[in-house]
Amino acid sequence: MSSAAATALALGLQRCEACGLVSRPAPGTDEGSCPRCGNELSFRKSASIQRTWAFLVAAVICYVPANLLPVLTTVTASGRDSDTIMEGVVLLWSPTGWPLSLIVLVASIMIPSAKIVALIYLLITVQRGSVESNVQRVRLYRVVELIGRWSMVDVFVDTFTAALVQLQPLMSVEPGPGLFFFAAVVVLTMLAVESFDARLIWDAASRGEVQHA
Amino acid sequence: MPEPNQAVSYVPESRNVARKRTRISFVWIVPIVAALAGVWVAVTRILAEGPKITIVFRSGEGLEAGKTKIRYKGLDIGTLSTLRLSDDHQRVIGTAELAPRTEEFLVEDTKFWVVRPRISGGTVSGLGTLISGAYIGMDIGRSRQRKREFDVLATPPVVTADVPGRFFVLKTPTLGSLDYGTPIYFRRLQVGEVTAFELDPDGEGLTVKVFVKAPYDQYVTPNTRFWHASGIDVSLTASGLSVQTQSLVSILIGGIAFETPATAAPLPAAESERVFSLYGDRNEAYRLPARDPQTFRLVFKQSVRGLAVGAPVEFRGVPIGQVSALEAQVDAKTLEFSAPVTVVLDATRLGVQVVDAAPGADLAPLRRKLIETFVAHGARAQLRSGNLLTGAMYVAIDFFPDAPPATVEWSQKPVELPTVPGELEGIEASLTKIVKKLDTVPIQAIGDDLKKALVHLDDTLVSARGTFDTATKLVAPDSTLDTELSTTLQELSRAARGLRVLADYLERHPEALIRGKAGEAK
Repeated sequence: MSSAAATALALGLQRCEACGLVSRPAPGTDEGSCPRCGNELSFRKSASIQRTWAFLVAAVICYVPANLLPVLTTVTASGRDSDTIMEGVVLLWSPTGWPLSLIVLVASIMIPSAKIVALIYLLITVQRGSVESNVQRVRLYRVVELIGRWSMVDVFVDTFTAALVQLQPLMSVEPGPGLFFFAAVVVLTMLAVESFDARLIWDAASRGEVQHA
Repeated sequence: MPEPNQAVSYVPESRNVARKRTRISFVWIVPIVAALAGVWVAVTRILAEGPKITIVFRSGEGLEAGKTKIRYKGLDIGTLSTLRLSDDHQRVIGTAELAPRTEEFLVEDTKFWVVRPRISGGTVSGLGTLISGAYIGMDIGRSRQRKREFDVLATPPVVTADVPGRFFVLKTPTLGSLDYGTPIYFRRLQVGEVTAFELDPDGEGLTVKVFVKAPYDQYVTPNTRFWHASGIDVSLTASGLSVQTQSLVSILIGGIAFETPATAAPLPAAESERVFSLYGDRNEAYRLPARDPQTFRLVFKQSVRGLAVGAPVEFRGVPIGQVSALEAQVDAKTLEFSAPVTVVLDATRLGVQVVDAAPGADLAPLRRKLIETFVAHGARAQLRSGNLLTGAMYVAIDFFPDAPPATVEWSQKPVELPTVPGELEGIEASLTKIVKKLDTVPIQAIGDDLKKALVHLDDTLVSARGTFDTATKLVAPDSTLDTELSTTLQELSRAARGLRVLADYLERHPEALIRGKAGEAK
């Protein structure tokens, strides 16, 4: 048999996430604590798919108000202006300002939605036991994990602006309710990524190979 | 590199810890919380949703969808959300979202208008919009009829519904210098404003709507007179020059003043929307209104230059009416020109009061009798010069006992009253008579006679000069007359001397008169 079959799961071994000690679960059980550091041990992250789905559903729910509610309210002498993210993109879009507009568009709209779509794709393929393009899926997972935190840039910019631009009565900037939901989307997708166990992608392939063997 | 089999040769066993496992993870609380938060936000947004209204604008100038606010008493209560052209491209239709619980504001007489900077004669308003841009003003009506579609007013209403007071309607032939917001004065105190005006449908006059603030509205009674207080009213009277103005502002932008004549009967305050006449000036306003005007015709055979429509008709100096029309007519037979003047007279201004007459009784027979009596006594109309500077004329009715007798023909419409030539015309007639008499004097003959007499006089003078020459020669120094005269005078002188000697002697010897000279007597 090829070396691909020799996974920790196939050998019945567990690696401690905290101290790296490899141990074998007590007979009749799947889970236990690390004999060295006491960290919880399991073959796969516990309830990984369920937790990922939960965070993802929460993120999708928050995604709707995040885009519909204003994220920033600008108070000037001419009155109050509340802008949603998309309105901000439109507002910034000008012959000279389009790079800025593009940054907001990519960081605030495309990345969160792409993350959600990518995770849903990964979850569905894992649950269906797909064995196709495993390498690409793992790469997708890594990309999602890497870029996830950068969506927080938007939240930081808004909070900084709101804190700095307080030139009352001439002008002031207040965060809108959409910002809270947007931050929730970013955090929830990061949690979803974190709770997803990439090893699950390979499990179906391993099982197939085992069966083939 | 160690063999994989060696590496896994020693693998410790993990400790078995009993863990409580539920089939459904607690992590599902997270999406539930998220969903609850989303629903809560949605519910509050829906609850915060106010009514949507449609506002029709004449122009979208200064308006911006999503930016332009609707304000009531300075508070934002809504935002214009969309703007589009009407289907006929004549109007701009805007939709606006109002704050929640504003449904009861949206009634039949709620008004919307666009506030822009506005600088008119007396007021500067909406300066704040220079920075903030135009906004939509709102005034909440009192009607109970709900409404969702509104037309904007062309100009901001001067008075909002929450200001206590009353509206009155003024009828005027000309607008003068009135405008929206023109002040209304009561005893020179500004108590109200013009809120609207419009041309009457027949084009004959204007209807001006004014608002008098409480508590001043109680001073408007059915007897109150309103007049244009615009500008300066300068009048030259017997007591001197008098200048009447309301205030500096009214000089600049015009105004309306009202007063109730002191002589008028005290009445309760006039009801709202009562119609009053707007007079040209205070004097006109104070003139008693004609109660029983009668139209008469006066035919003048003289020039009516200086007589204008509106010129007064006075009876012995008391104004009793005015000229209402001037015409011209030519008698086809005699080719005589005459000017029929139509006048409107009101006998009640003379203080004529019918005693013991049932109210509503026909006074026409009585009036006829009165006028006939007057005419029989020599009452005639006459054109008189009222103003020597302008040549303005007025019609005077007075008694002329010497006037030729006249009668009143009651079948005519209007009734013609007899006239007499004017004062100037009378003088003119006398002068003509004199000139005619002068015409009969034979000036030519007199001239001829005079000329002849002058020729004779010339001859006479020539002979007179000859006489004088002769006389001159007679008295010349070497003339015989002179020589003789001189000799005579010498003789006379000697005689006088002799006489004196005699007189002296006689004085000394008075007896000589009897005895003679003593020497001679011896």
